[in-house]
Amino acid sequence: MIAETGHYALILALGVAIVQMVLPVIGTRYRDPQLTAIAVPAAQLEFILIAIAFFALMTAYVTSDFSVLNVWQNSAAAKPMLYKISGVWGNHEGSMILWVLILTLFGAAVATFGTNLPRQLQANVLAVQGSIAVAFLLFIVTTSNPFIRLNPAPFDGQGMNPVLQDPALAFHPPFLYAGYVGFSMAFSFAVAALIDGRIDAAWARWVRPWTLAAWMCLTLGISMGSWWAYYELGWGGFWFWDPVENASFMPWLAGTALLHSALVMEKRDALKVWTILLAIITFSLSLMGTFLVRSGVLTSVHAFAVDPARGVFILAIMGVFIGGAFALFAWRAPLLSQGGLFAPISREGSLVLNNLLLTVACAAVLVGTLYPLALEALTGDKISVGAPFFNLTFGPLIVALLIVVPFGPLLAWKRGDLLAAAQRLMAAAIVALLVMVVVFAFMQKGPWLAPLGIGLGVWLLLGAVTDIANRVKLFGATPEEAWRRARNLPRAAYGGALAHAGLGLVVIGIVATTAWRAERIEALAPGQTLDIAGYQLLFEGVEPHQGPNYRARVGMFKVTRGGSPVTELTPSKREFTVEKNTTTESAIHISWRGDLYVVLGDQLKNGAYSVRVYFNPLVRLIWLGGLVMFIGGGVSLSDRRLRVGAPKRARAKAEAAAAGE
Amino acid sequence: MAARFSLGVWLFSLALVFSVASPAFAVQPDEMLKNPVLEARARALSEGLRCLVCQNQSIDDSDAPLAKDLRILVRERLKAGDSDQQIIDFIVSRYGEFVLLKPRFEPHTWLLWLATPLVLLAALAGIIYSYRRRESVAEAPKPLTAGEKRRLKRLVGEG
Repeated sequence: MIAETGHYALILALGVAIVQMVLPVIGTRYRDPQLTAIAVPAAQLEFILIAIAFFALMTAYVTSDFSVLNVWQNSAAAKPMLYKISGVWGNHEGSMILWVLILTLFGAAVATFGTNLPRQLQANVLAVQGSIAVAFLLFIVTTSNPFIRLNPAPFDGQGMNPVLQDPALAFHPPFLYAGYVGFSMAFSFAVAALIDGRIDAAWARWVRPWTLAAWMCLTLGISMGSWWAYYELGWGGFWFWDPVENASFMPWLAGTALLHSALVMEKRDALKVWTILLAIITFSLSLMGTFLVRSGVLTSVHAFAVDPARGVFILAIMGVFIGGAFALFAWRAPLLSQGGLFAPISREGSLVLNNLLLTVACAAVLVGTLYPLALEALTGDKISVGAPFFNLTFGPLIVALLIVVPFGPLLAWKRGDLLAAAQRLMAAAIVALLVMVVVFAFMQKGPWLAPLGIGLGVWLLLGAVTDIANRVKLFGATPEEAWRRARNLPRAAYGGALAHAGLGLVVIGIVATTAWRAERIEALAPGQTLDIAGYQLLFEGVEPHQGPNYRARVGMFKVTRGGSPVTELTPSKREFTVEKNTTTESAIHISWRGDLYVVLGDQLKNGAYSVRVYFNPLVRLIWLGGLVMFIGGGVSLSDRRLRVGAPKRARAKAEAAAAGE
Repeated sequence: MAARFSLGVWLFSLALVFSVASPAFAVQPDEMLKNPVLEARARALSEGLRCLVCQNQSIDDSDAPLAKDLRILVRERLKAGDSDQQIIDFIVSRYGEFVLLKPRFEPHTWLLWLATPLVLLAALAGIIYSYRRRESVAEAPKPLTAGEKRRLKRLVGEG
């Protein structure tokens, strides 16, 4: 009954979405306020209906109702509760429901909290959101229905892939989806502006919080995925340039560019057409990511051809939205006015450079991801595009970007003084150079580029500090004055500096762990020891262990450093009974120097175990940096000007000015 | 089939397709060469060779049986005294270009390698063009909208 309720709510939601897509547009076209006003309750109702469908599916998972095909395929009675819940989105059908749930949540938020938006803009935005919901609900109802019943109901489910039974991965998809779908807001605002033919600085102010929130979620989602891959996949890698990862990385790159160009638009009324285009591109990349993974085209072009129903449907959705938006853009963009002029050396100029490098870097990832697919589809030739390609194409662009990041915030709007900015950054540059020299002197091993990379990270960190010090006139004013300025500085300034500092941490982490990781692969018998990076590991043997839905063999390692005990590590191999699968659970000792990472392998013929031990220096900085970027986004989001909303203040100001005349 | 899974969410589908999750445990102690110089070369070569049955994973990182065979093959050729280039040519002749994680620069990959520099040049040209154009066209005041015209009329007392 619950599953049928969910199914019913899903179909009702499709009807409501059609209403939300059609009526407001007619209303704004023929200036009928009643039709226009339908957008708000429609968006709210649609969210409620999808939430009912979502929780109906969740109930089926929590109560292990194996009469529902989707639950039977992806869950099992003995699975821990956390993974029963995360199992809802741990499969194709459920994850599409989550996608639409987040989409309608954003729509309902615009309907409920967007009261300061012009009616017409709000109605058009909600109509575009409605059209996205229609497309995806049609997709779910016709090809991916999670509420199909089984009769008779099986006794137990088939279980969930064990590598996915992990806390970080339980929360990774909702954040990633919130990121993808969040960019649909920027897309809807862009299309609404194109329909309207009018766009101004206030538009950027409304779009920025949504873009920022989406960007934050995506940043956290990608960090979580990378962290999970690091400890779960058993060899300590954190990024693989896999098409699946690239699918989430491309919207992040374009979204980062969008955040920066929206800043120019908000502050200076410039780059309007470009910002609109970027908003369309960012969401298009999110849709493409959905297509790449959901259609199965990545596994093989042939797999796609064998069962094309879903793939062709998503391809059609992609074609309609991307094609439609670009056509609308080509038609309407020339009508949009261009604002504010600026000199090449200026804050605007630096943000244009930011956008140039980010979008070209994004194009490099796009080409590397799609080229092998296109080549195979067209000629049948199979090639691989791996890390070496991305290091050569994406790498130089990002390094160039990182070098110029600290200059941007120090340049004035309209016309900046590069020399003055360089002088302010002198201290940061000198410290970064010193760090490079010291690292070069102390680390004989490793590639010669590594010290430069560390110096680059330090440069970014200190650049962020310089930015704030400069804004509060730390060295030019009295301490009281600096403190007063520090308190009055807008939170967006702190947020931006934090995000840039987080980027510096990520760079240091990536460079250090890539360049100076230590590795030992040995066959150890119980009682033998292994030395790595100053640690001694004593292998004490292997013990059996019984988990809730798996059996494990646990390796026992006593870790000492210079004779004094440090910790005990217990890497294990888990055998999942229902899923008939094994996973490797690495054991990690965390210290400020880096991670000691131990993996237990198979038993060899002579009774010894093969053991793999890594020391990954400073690797935590990668995810710490991601977290700092996320927090920076949050601080920026809490800025007063984004909470208060532009139009009210502008109106108040205009009235005050009118009263003064 | 070793699964080198990455960003999880997308992976759910892939994972279900393969429905295997084997522990990644690549180079085995018994495979490694006694000579540390040769072993270092073997590791460097392995990092550039793709495990054919995996998702973008090098044979150095993969525990698939095929990857193991390739690792042993690389080490056998090294012991036989082949140069790095000879080994790579040998493996490509056997398994095709798909095995290279860094595609060669050949007619069918020209576009792949040149696309990024070309996009960069095109974007630069676009920026310079739009900047020049806007500089030459002095900032013309925007025409007033109907609402603004009405307001102007009211303000100057013609309403």
